Amino acid sequence: MAPVKVYAPNMSTAAARVLLCLEEVGAEYEQVPINFATGEHKSPAHLARNPFGQVPALEDGDLMLFESRAIGRYVLRKFKSPGADLLHEDNLAESAMVNVWLEVEAQQYDKVMSLIFYQLIVIPVFYGGKTDEKVVAENLEKLCKVLDVYEARLSKSKYLAGDFLSFADISHIPLTHFFMSSPHASVFDARPHVKAWWESLASRPSYKKVTAAMSSK
Amino acid sequence: MRCRHAQANRSSDRSRKGTCKRSSRTGEDIKEAAGGILSAQAAQKASSEEIKMVVKVYGKAQAVCPQRVMHCLVELGVPFELVHIDIDAMEHKLPEFMSKQPFGQVPYIADGDFELFESRAIVRYLAAKYSDRRHGTPNLLGRTPEERARVEQWMDVEAINYNPWAFPVVLNLFVLPMHGVPENKAEAAAAVEKLDQVLEVYEKHLSKSKYLAGDEFTLADLTHIPATRYVVECCGMGRIFDEKKHVKAWWEDITGRPAWKKVMSFVESGASNYYP
Repeated sequence: MAPVKVYAPNMSTAAARVLLCLEEVGAEYEQVPINFATGEHKSPAHLARNPFGQVPALEDGDLMLFESRAIGRYVLRKFKSPGADLLHEDNLAESAMVNVWLEVEAQQYDKVMSLIFYQLIVIPVFYGGKTDEKVVAENLEKLCKVLDVYEARLSKSKYLAGDFLSFADISHIPLTHFFMSSPHASVFDARPHVKAWWESLASRPSYKKVTAAMSSK
Repeated sequence: MRCRHAQANRSSDRSRKGTCKRSSRTGEDIKEAAGGILSAQAAQKASSEEIKMVVKVYGKAQAVCPQRVMHCLVELGVPFELVHIDIDAMEHKLPEFMSKQPFGQVPYIADGDFELFESRAIVRYLAAKYSDRRHGTPNLLGRTPEERARVEQWMDVEAINYNPWAFPVVLNLFVLPMHGVPENKAEAAAAVEKLDQVLEVYEKHLSKSKYLAGDEFTLADLTHIPATRYVVECCGMGRIFDEKKHVKAWWEDITGRPAWKKVMSFVESGASNYYP
């Protein structure tokens, strides 16, 4: 079986979501860098992979996919093994819970976290601009409300979808990784179950390997 | 079509109670099969289980996300009860509701004892559980791993690339004016432009593919419908769809589906109970 190809720059947090899945299931993959600085993501070659000109895209034989969470599901399903089942699709109720918390991640968590990430990392590092602290403060307040829901949930189960690790947990890793090296990481410390959950994710070999490859520089 | 946004009539659809067609067909089939596989007692159990299998949808009939779930239920032939949540009275922010949906949003559903929220997760669950129930039930998730991946890809496009632009259009051009709250015209205009650009991508794609994920109607198409209907019919933005030949054809096809028309009739009627 030929390795799958992931098209994205090293730093892409959405691509990291896919790489984490590939690492968790032990699938072979190649990374093909896409250079944003030269506008490669809007080139005809890349638009053929992702018509929205976004990253990542994944190539598996004749199949070309985009949208990191859809790619993640495909990878986790294809390379699933008894020791690496992050979707629990053999159990209707469990897989439904995975899907609920994946939607929460995309609709509640990511929306707020990505605005914070944009202010704290993208603007200063990529545009040499200044962080808008008011936007950060507004979104931190929203994030804390979301984390309060997570705290309540994680006081009842070890992971978000239940007592089993799933894609719903893994999907949170890329943006949270950057957030945790910011001065605002203390909002996690104030919530013991959320903190323990994060530390569990951050201790995984997939986390260490994928985040080492991402750089905030 | 005139946009209707009257408060739902809360009276339940009492005349339809007990008319579960599927259970009577099952009973007749069993009787006809000489030396039948199932005993009469087992047949009764299946019948009564079927009548009990009414999914409860907690939400407001006019709201986008409950409509998404109701459409899926109708496509799959699953009976449901809509438990009306009074959004205007902030019922969705009360502790009782938030104990079921911790973000205070509609809908959540109860399928027997099993409860879940987030409409896009709900429709995935319903499609996994209830497809292949009977001949003619559409396959909403794709038939191969590759098809399924394409369904999920376009479901995510709706959630992440499409809805973030549709939502501010509907909010500013429909919801806020309806409540007499000043709207943000600039935000609406910017969102229309973004949505138009996204629809350009859809136009190219739909020139090669009948539906978003392939040759069949799937959840990828279904999840787009409720919010888009508001954009087209209630916000005066039909032109960004009409101007695109393949998008227009796709839109007319998916909103022409009998199941969607049944949802719209159900919403207009103010009923609480739906039986296939």
